[in-house]
Amino acid sequence: MTPSYASYNEFKDQLLAAFQSNEERMNGESKTPLHQVRRAALHQFDLLGFPTIRHEEWKYSNVANLLKEAFDLDNSSSLTADDLTPLQIPNLDGNIITFVNGIYRADLSRLVSPAEQVQITSFAEGAKADPDFIGAHFARYADYQDNAFTALNTAMASDGVVIRVPANTTVEQPIILRFITDARERNIASQPRNLVIVGQNSEVTMAESFRTLGGRTSFVNVVTEIALERDARMQYYKVQDETDNAYHIGTTQVNQSDNSHFYSATVTLNGNFVRNNLNIVLNGQHAEAFMYGLYMPNGRQHVDNHTLVDHAMPNSYSSELYKGILDDNGTGVFNGKIYVRPDAQKTNAYQSCKNVVLSSGASMNTKPQLEIYADDVKCSHGTTTGQLNDEALFYMRSRGIPKDAARTLLLYAFVQDVVSQIKIQPIREYLEGVVAQKLGQ
Amino acid sequence: MLSINNLQASIGDKQILKGLNLEVNAGEVHAIMGPNGAGKSTLASVLAGREDYEVTGGSVLFDGEDLLDMAPEVRAAEGIFLAFQYPVEIPGVSTTNFLKTAMNEIRKHRGQDPLDAVQFLKLMKEKMKLVNIDQSLLSRSLNEGFSGGEKKRNEIFQMAMLEPKLAILDETDSGLDIDALRIVAEGVNTLRSPERATIVVTHYQRLLDYIVPDFVHVLYQGRIVKSGPKELALELEEKGYDWIKAEVEASV
Ligand SMILES: Nc1ncnc2c1ncn2[C@@H]1O[C@H](COP(=O)(O)OP(=O)(O)O)[C@@H](O)[C@H]1O
Ligand SMILES: [Mg+2]
Repeated sequence: MTPSYASYNEFKDQLLAAFQSNEERMNGESKTPLHQVRRAALHQFDLLGFPTIRHEEWKYSNVANLLKEAFDLDNSSSLTADDLTPLQIPNLDGNIITFVNGIYRADLSRLVSPAEQVQITSFAEGAKADPDFIGAHFARYADYQDNAFTALNTAMASDGVVIRVPANTTVEQPIILRFITDARERNIASQPRNLVIVGQNSEVTMAESFRTLGGRTSFVNVVTEIALERDARMQYYKVQDETDNAYHIGTTQVNQSDNSHFYSATVTLNGNFVRNNLNIVLNGQHAEAFMYGLYMPNGRQHVDNHTLVDHAMPNSYSSELYKGILDDNGTGVFNGKIYVRPDAQKTNAYQSCKNVVLSSGASMNTKPQLEIYADDVKCSHGTTTGQLNDEALFYMRSRGIPKDAARTLLLYAFVQDVVSQIKIQPIREYLEGVVAQKLGQ
Repeated sequence: MLSINNLQASIGDKQILKGLNLEVNAGEVHAIMGPNGAGKSTLASVLAGREDYEVTGGSVLFDGEDLLDMAPEVRAAEGIFLAFQYPVEIPGVSTTNFLKTAMNEIRKHRGQDPLDAVQFLKLMKEKMKLVNIDQSLLSRSLNEGFSGGEKKRNEIFQMAMLEPKLAILDETDSGLDIDALRIVAEGVNTLRSPERATIVVTHYQRLLDYIVPDFVHVLYQGRIVKSGPKELALELEEKGYDWIKAEVEASV
């Protein structure tokens, strides 16, 4: 029998104790500014505790089941390159950076971009090599005052990546972060932390991929902070293809300066319980953010996407399209917040969330939240949740396409405007394969 | 080829077809006319297999087989084609991709190998010329944002590609200008052969100048109440349907 926690606070107490014992083993390091931030975050985590469904932000996503699992916080793994073969994406070139159970694995990573284009280090190395740089950015963007998981990650993040793109540079090869959880032998909890700074007038493409090996429970609590300086451009993809025993809670926090462009796609293919927070602060004029999302929970899977676009300055633009296909007893949540601050005149903000519900047991909860404090703005939002179009199905069948194939073709077409956003071709092809497989069953 | 016997069909509680009889032989073109709401589209939909309609009585044989027993896709594979009165928009699926899927599914049903890309393109080019349709239209999402005329022409293009045994055209002529009408008629006439048959549902005798029918039927209140040669269409155009209605009432 797998061990399990008896009370809601047991996991929390275990984490607090782990922090303490870790601190005791430190020498001078506990005095560094970085550690002071971690300690403050831990204190905040202690105050907040794990949220319950009484918390407005967690109303439809209950973490109670996660807190019944038990994790021993030993993240060692015997995983080798051979074990990763089944998870390989064919023809994928670029900088491939692998983390196993949240810990950087140089032996499974490959850096191809020259250092003039981009500096990529593990978080642990980066913190040692350039503590001032880390100190200037770490936890500056992702607020941990109101989010227990971000607070926890800030306090305890094991490892992750630090990416710095200098000014006036195009990083030609994409950067692929692979987070592998090795849950073959025991339950694993990991807390990766990433920091990406894209310099003025530079461009980079990055993907985060989350996979799980083995049938035990995995819990990933990831935070990625991204800062785009003036005129910077970034393509950012988050792809989740985990097991039915995987819990994933993640926050991507983006800070954009003048005239920067951020293109994102968040694709959740599989996972037991997934919560993605994508928070973008448009902290500059003429900044533009594009957010695409796709989720397709089936079985008993639950996928929750919370997005926040904060238009803090005038003349900025945001556009958002999230799409869901829900089957069996799958459940989904979309919560899209748009703030337009009093100064942010001439804001354009568009939001759309479209869902197809394929079975009576599946459900979708959508909530657009617009808070507009400027008067000269253009905002629109819309959500639709419906079944597959019967008229279209009949039309296709009347031309000789069998019902199942027609259904698959329609659904595949439905997801295309999200999937086609992914400009790393091997990843897009891999996604198309998994999507087709999942729709075709 | 098609033998409809005492067909009754309803939607919800409402009976629409009330004992309809019709025989169509290979090589023939039949026109079905009748006032709005008579049940013409219902008949077309029931023949194509739309599941919203419940067949409550009667039978339909297609080449001796029980048509009502077949799924819509099987009917298509067996050679039935319905040109919709209101073609459906399919976002994200191009006509090309749609037709390729349809053709190869039909070929699979018939035990034939799928067409390769070259064969398919060649066939497409040929049929595009026939209905004067543009490549750019075929690359777009099927029917999405098409004008009324483009939708109808696309239906005929699909028909030309699939070469059905029995084509049913449901008011394909409505809303078309004379040039488009000619193109539609040409599409139908090209397909005319001793092995095939066509049912043309129309309001206007205009189309029948181009597609000359062997028989004209009047559908009224869920039944074929009058049948005649092509001249019947002219008579209907001239006199309207009131005299037919009167005849029906008198015979009750
Ligand atoms: N989905 C439906 N629900 C209810 N009534 C319908 C439906 N479709 C058709 N009808 C009714 O059935 C009758 C026949 O319609 P239809 O077959 O479209 O006639 P036609 O094509 O001859 O104009 C009409 O009275 C119409 O209102
Ligand atoms: Mg009609």
